[in-house]
Amino acid sequence: MILARIIGTIWATRKEASLEGAKLQIVRPVELDYQEKSGFLVAVDAVGAGVGEIVLVCQGSSARQTELTTQKPVDATIMAIVDKLDVTEKT
Amino acid sequence: MHLAKVIGTVWATRKVETLEGAKMQIIQPLDAQEKAIGSPIVAVDTIGAGPGEIVYYVTAREAVIPYRNEMTPIDASIVGIVDHIDVYAKQE
Repeated sequence: MILARIIGTIWATRKEASLEGAKLQIVRPVELDYQEKSGFLVAVDAVGAGVGEIVLVCQGSSARQTELTTQKPVDATIMAIVDKLDVTEKT
Repeated sequence: MHLAKVIGTVWATRKVETLEGAKMQIIQPLDAQEKAIGSPIVAVDTIGAGPGEIVYYVTAREAVIPYRNEMTPIDASIVGIVDHIDVYAKQE
């Protein structure tokens, strides 16, 4: 999984029918010190995270392994809101 | 699979409920000379690796297989702790 910050939300009324009701958040990957990296992803939010929160994002087919996203065209899912990181070793 | 070093842990109470009790470790991918390559990622650890240990991990959909509940969004999981690495080929 990758660490990312939620930087926004996408509202789309015309979309794949099965995505009805799914919250689409814009996330930007971050370093371990929460410094933002470049780029962004659109991910389905499975935990109700708010803008600005640091979250964990699962990508690829595994992103469909939740009740909310199973059988849907989803390749990125927000599956945890980070409380704290303990970084004990230098990379 | 890839090699990595366990460099930390993620604490998250609000998460997909099937992740309850899962240990999520921060790992730094390594090359065969145990040199860091790329950015750290987070992997579920069902093996119990400690900080600083060299491990190998599996990614993509297969990462869910070691976990007790298949309906869990996991795209990286630690599947073994490395004791020793022998590299015979010359590394370019």
